[in-house]
This record gives sequence, C-alpha cells and structure tokens, in this order.
Amino acid sequence: MERRKFLQIATGGAAAAVGGVVAVWPQAAAGPKLVRKVSTFCELCFWKCGVVATVEDGVVTKLDGHPSHPLSMGRLCPRGNGGTGLLYDPDRLKKPLIRTGKRGGEQFKEASWDEALGYIARKMERIKSEHGPEAMALFTHGHGGSFFGNMLKAYGSPNIAAPSYAQCRGPREVGFQLTFGSGIGSPENTDIANTRFLVLIGSHLGENMHNTQVQEFAECIRRGAKICVVDPRYSVAASKANWYLPIKPGTDIALLMSWVNVLLEEGLYNKEYVDRYGTGLAELRAATKENTPEWAAAITEIPAETIRTVVREMAAAKPAVLVHPGRHVTWYGDDAQRSRAIAILNGLLGSWGSKGGFYLPGGVDIPKYAVPPLPKPARAALDGAGTRYPLADETLASGLCDATLSGSPYPVKGWIVYGTNLVQSLPNPKHTLEAIDRLDLLVVVDVLPAEIAGYADVVLPEATYLERYDDLYAGTFRTPFVALRQPVVKPMYDSRPGWWIARELGLRLGLQQYYPWRDIEQYLDGRLTKMGSSLGQMQKAGVVVYPPEDGTLPADHKFDTPSGKVEFYSKTLAEMGVDAVPKHYAKPEAPEGHLRLLFGRSPLHTFGRTTNNRVMGYVVRENEVWVNNKTAAELGLKQNERVRLVNQDGVKSNAVRARVTNRIRPDCVYMVHGFGHTASKLRHTAGRGASDSELVTRVSVDPLMGGTGMFNNFVRLERGA
Amino acid sequence: MARYGMAIDKRTCMGCASCVVSCKVENKVDETAFRCRIVQRSTGEFPNVHLDIFSERCNQCADAPCVWNCPTGASHYAGGGVVLVAEDLCTGCKACMAACPYDARFINEKGYAEKCTFCLHRVKQGMEPSCVSTCPSRAMIFGDLEDPNGALARTLGARGHRALKAEAGTKPNVFYLE
Ligand code: SF4
Repeated sequence: MERRKFLQIATGGAAAAVGGVVAVWPQAAAGPKLVRKVSTFCELCFWKCGVVATVEDGVVTKLDGHPSHPLSMGRLCPRGNGGTGLLYDPDRLKKPLIRTGKRGGEQFKEASWDEALGYIARKMERIKSEHGPEAMALFTHGHGGSFFGNMLKAYGSPNIAAPSYAQCRGPREVGFQLTFGSGIGSPENTDIANTRFLVLIGSHLGENMHNTQVQEFAECIRRGAKICVVDPRYSVAASKANWYLPIKPGTDIALLMSWVNVLLEEGLYNKEYVDRYGTGLAELRAATKENTPEWAAAITEIPAETIRTVVREMAAAKPAVLVHPGRHVTWYGDDAQRSRAIAILNGLLGSWGSKGGFYLPGGVDIPKYAVPPLPKPARAALDGAGTRYPLADETLASGLCDATLSGSPYPVKGWIVYGTNLVQSLPNPKHTLEAIDRLDLLVVVDVLPAEIAGYADVVLPEATYLERYDDLYAGTFRTPFVALRQPVVKPMYDSRPGWWIARELGLRLGLQQYYPWRDIEQYLDGRLTKMGSSLGQMQKAGVVVYPPEDGTLPADHKFDTPSGKVEFYSKTLAEMGVDAVPKHYAKPEAPEGHLRLLFGRSPLHTFGRTTNNRVMGYVVRENEVWVNNKTAAELGLKQNERVRLVNQDGVKSNAVRARVTNRIRPDCVYMVHGFGHTASKLRHTAGRGASDSELVTRVSVDPLMGGTGMFNNFVRLERGA
Repeated sequence: MARYGMAIDKRTCMGCASCVVSCKVENKVDETAFRCRIVQRSTGEFPNVHLDIFSERCNQCADAPCVWNCPTGASHYAGGGVVLVAEDLCTGCKACMAACPYDARFINEKGYAEKCTFCLHRVKQGMEPSCVSTCPSRAMIFGDLEDPNGALARTLGARGHRALKAEAGTKPNVFYLE
C-alpha cells in the first residue's frame, strides 16, 4: 500500500471547510438559538462515515453526511441518521457500576470512577502477580478500542481480539492474502461504482448497509452494469440483478469452481493478465477439470446453462468485473477456501488492480505519539492464531474464549470487553458464559447495558461517539483521508471517553511512562503537528482528503505472495497438506423436519447494538423468521403467526413472528441478527424478537484460520408460541 | 408558480429507510410515528420473484381530498402546491385521515393531524427535503414540476413512471420511476 505524508496537502484545496463554524441566526417561531455545526465521524457501525452535527442550544438536533468525507459524500444510512437516538437513549449506562449480586443477575451498586478504577486496578495487579499479565484479555469492537489495546499491551498482554475477524470477515482476508498477497480490509477496496459486472455471493448489499458501498451499488445500477446475485434468499440486491441464482446453501465453492472451469475450458480468462501476473494456471486447470457446469448443477441446483451464460457474460466484461468478497463470511467452516475461490475467479478475470474490479487503495501514515517501546509479552497469545489455526493473521476472539474455558495453554483470569456484546457476537452464548465463569475479573466498557454488562464485575459507562474524541482515523481508500472524531456535546451523566478510562486505568497500573500526554487534545495535536496540521485545523475541517490514487496495477507489480505472483495454485497450502486449489465438500444436511438457519442484516441495525435506539427502533422493532410460503403451507403456518425455533440440539428461541414469503428457498429460514435481547435494562428491545446467536450451537471452525462457521445449524418451527 | 413534486427511482431504492429516519429527526416526529415508510411487495413464486420497493409519503395531491374534507380549513395549500396542516385550526377530527387514499396522515401527540410537508421549511432556505438530501442511493429527485429544464421534469420526461393510486383521481405529485 502506498503511504504518503500528510504535510503535502494538509493546507490544500481538498480540505473540507464545513463544520466548526459558529453561527447565530434567529428562528422565526422559537426565538434566537445558538446553532453550531460540528464535524465528526459516525460510530453507529464500523464504517465510520463523516458526519456534520447540528447543535442547537447544546442539543444535537440533526446529523447529516459530511459533504466531502469520501465515505459519506453528504449522505448517511438510517442508523447514522438516527445517531441521536443513542446519545439520548434513556437506558444509557450513566454511572460506574460494581456488581453486588451473582454474575448475570444485573445487580450492581453505583460507584465513583475512582472506586471503580481502583477496584479494577487492584484485581489486575493480582492477576498479573499470580498468573502473569498474559492472563488478561481484551475483546474490542469499534474505533474507540485502540486506547484499551495500547493499555493492555503496556500492561504486557498480547491477548487482544475483535470478533470482527474470526466471527466475520477473517476468512476473506486469508483467501485473498493467499491469492493476491493482500487482504481486503475496510472499507473494502471494491470498485463497485465502475464495475461492468457485479457478482454478489450471499452478500446482501442494500440490506447490509455500508453507506459508501450502497451509494456505489446504486451508481452501478444506474450505469447499467450487469448484476448477478447468488443467495438462498431473494434479497433486495437480488431484486436489482439480471441473474438471481437461488443456490443451495453451502455449495458456493462448486459454483465458483465451475465458473473457473468454463473460463479455462473455453479460453475466456484474461490471458494477458494471467500471463503477466499469475502462476499455477496448469495446476488450477488440472484440479478443476471435472468441475463442469453439469457437475456443479447437480450440487448447487442451478442449471448448467445458467452457470455457463453468467460466466460468459462475466468474461465479456473483464477486467471490469467484481466478484465481491462479501463481509460477514463465516458460514460453513471452509470459508477461507470459498474466499480463495472468489479470489481465483477475480484473478482469472484480471480484476485485481483494474478499474471496475478491485482498486489498490492509498493510505496516510500519521506519525505516532512518541512513547517508550511496549514490553514484549513473555508468552504468545493463546487464541491459536498462527499455531492451531496456521493462517490466522489476527487474534481470534473465539480462540481467547475457548482458551479461557480450557485454561490451556495457560490460564486467562480477566477480560476487558469494549464495545462488543460477546453474548451475541460470539456464537453459542452458553459456551461464552461458561468461560466467563472462570474469570476473576470481567470489566465491560460500553454505552448501553447489553447482556454482557449484566455479567460484569465492573461496568464503565463510556461517552458516546458524539461526546468524545477518539484516535485519528487514517482511511485507506481510493482517495486516502484523515478524519477526526471530536465531541459534539459534552458527555452526559457520569460517562467518560474511552481514552480517559484507558489512561486512568493505565496510570493506576503504574504505566505512567506510556502516557506522556496529559489529555487527548495534547495527544491528537502532537500527532497532527508532526504532519504539518494541527488539532485546530482538523476541528474545523473534520476530514482532510487526498487526491485519488491511480489504483491500478503497474506492469511490473510484485504481489506480496511467496512467488510474487497471483497464486492460482498455493504452494503454502500444498505444504500444509491441504487443498492448494479449493474443492467443494458436502455440508451437513438438515435432519428430518428441520430447515437450515441463515441470518443477515437489516439496514436499520448494527448487530444488536442499535435495537434499543428509539429513533429508528420503531421502524424494525423486532426480527421475523422468514419462511417460504410452500414450506409454511405444509406446516399450516400463517402469516405473522408466532413460532419458536428449536435447533438440532434442542435449544429453543424466543417467540418470533413468521414472515411467510416467496423470497426464500423452501429448505431455509432466515432472521435478522441482533434481536432477542434478554438484558432487562435495554427496555426498548428486551424480549423482542429472537436471537440467532443462541441457536448457533454447532460451530464449524475453519481449520485454516479459526473462523467460526455458523450456517450449519438447523431448526424446526414450533407452533403455538 | 412552482409546483413541487418528487420522483423516486425504484431501480436504485434499496428500501433502507434512511429517508424515514432522517425525516423523523428533521421534523421531530413523535417517538412511535413516521411521516414516511418503506413498502415492499413481492410477487411470483420462488425463485421467479419480482420485488417492488416504495418509499411512501404524502403525495401532495393537486386535487387533495384532505383539503376539501377539512371542516376548519386547517388542511390547505401552501407555496408550491404543498399541502400543509395549520395546527391552530386543526381540531384533530380525522376527516382528512379518512379522506386520504394513501394513509399518509396520523394524529400526533399534540392532537393534530400530521404528515409530510416536503420539508417546506428547508426548501424555502434553498435546501432539499431531508429525505432527498440523505438518500444514500440518490434515488430521490425533488423539484419544480413546472420547470421544464429542471432535473425533475427532465427525468419524468425521459423515464417511465407512475404515481400511486393514480385512479383515485387526486393528481398525486410523487412519482415512481420504473
Ligand atoms: S454506514 Fe451508517 S452507521 Fe455506518 S458509519 Fe456510515 S452512517 Fe454510520
């Protein structure tokens, strides 16, 4: 990745001039108001769009997309629009809490910050002296987690993980890394806006509401690009497609390899690109000889002729073809191989580094604030990344949880959980709760009292994204950018920003040397000054945008793979004794009377983190279970009837409404993830809808990288709920 | 005289409801109420399905039954042909709600009829309605139907479109591009 210095254009024309402006104007009805506009960035999801907040007399009244932030371009998704629903959520955590009742009982006493932090520091000191610093683990999600990561590193632990890897996008990073020597990252380096042929494999863009990608998806439709959607459910994206392939779940690799077969057999692949950049084509050809469309048709239930037609059209559009890598891709346990199959297909079409395929993003290096070197942990992380799961290149949240439960290779005695509700974000909550039982200390830092907070020893109320600074966001994108999150209003209640909490804890743990800065303003200004900018400048602009990258491959490009080429055949995998070219393996089939449980996203919700939001919460207040109308007729199930889902291991869900629909295969059911909260203090959402997480008791772990495949679970529908 | 209207592109609308939420925040709509909504309708048998997505709101009808049926004159035409409710005249009698073929109105917590205003307060300041300005798909076009060179009239001239329940004869001013 190209990295450049900030200085070049920090003062250039690309900087946005919105925000920070203080203006006063009379409002006809309500009299004069002090109205301010403040630039910041969103945290209703991890996409981090630029936001301009309107503040009237100290109240945040509106959030708009920052006009020149490349991820928002003046627009926000529904969640971003509803951000004030988080700020003003009456159920927010307001005071530090120390547990008084049993774990999970949600019984706490209010405490001062000093008391709560002192309590945590003493416990952490004890864990360190008895078990070593590695016995503390951190689970984090979201931009604010970095300060806790640094604190835990300074304390001496390598056990820092985000569920967004092993429970979400990890497999695709590995599949693309193996093939192109580069992962996908976030935001995805997909050139949707310019593609001539978009293929979505199970990715329901539009319901999966990543603002920029959806903006580009609309652009792609307007430009008349061809679209093929492969999904067991007729998604919104499917309704935009030229071809909708209602694939049998778990057979995507067969489809992908049959497309590879046709490209090679019919000589339709991008010869020039493959000759210049690729290696292992002969082996790929040999390995996929038998993977004809007829072979795949019997497996995928997609007609051979359709398979052929689609790939021929794809080839006609090359290299402006984008077989999208997806984002939540932990499905069946062979997900890194499926992602690799997607990468191979893109490689054959020549789309990596081509306009309308994958662009090569640019980034900006922001100098770090000088701190002493962090201690080297005496023991390696115990999650299994790089050992049991040899290709995992980030720490596995599920691996940390497993190791906590087993106590091997060494004990884990304390967790800090920042911004992630592990009860829903890890599969099989029963397992997670058993692990929590082994802990001497569980600290939850969050904005809302989700399930995980109910199990904590200490709960620390964080200020929301609209009330705090976080670290700078250096976005890797077509147009690299640097964005600032800054407080739009002061923290409400007794909540504090994450940086403050982490620093205060660090100071109490004797880690003063790692905090040479007094406060966040000094820290941010220190970093920005080194780049020729300043905090003051960024407070006004909110974001600084760099000129666009070319984004295409130079002729002599060397890929970061062992061979320096696009690896159609992976020697790395061959040496590990696994398939060097992806192969289809049959997945478990539904037991008699059961349907496969699939889950996905609503555009209005980020996992379970937004379901309590009263601004958008009434649009989609609870999830439904989608059931095909013919399946429903066989069961005698009526529209909106309440049912319970009972999985193959006898786990029974909350009652949930049946959505009888023609938009899903008869052998599957589907739910939006993130509902079925049991935390009583989430008053708006508690008890509404059903949780898919608790039904995922069978986890198909990816042997290459530890991803937790979740779509091999089956349910029957119990009526009379 | 301007006649404001709206075109919504069904091809690019994802039904994400950004319009719905943005409207709610802009207009401080009651906690459980909305001025606009997303309607999805699918026909056919799986997998040969067709899905229509509509972002719906008051159609600002040129021949508006809510206006003629309002006993107090609270429902009235404001600038640009936009139908508004004057709260000081509204008695909350619901005659307008019964008359509206689009189910576009509700009685708010203050007891008055409420509905979409095309964000006339924003339009007067040269801004777009909130829903239009936030739509991630850029699927919504707002403008003056009488301005032949405006984006709205040109788009409607170039693309097939239809209004909801045109047969109700109320001359709706919200159009859906096919
Ligand atoms: S996609 Fe939506 S929720 Fe996510 S950062 Fe952007 S506006 Fe916020």
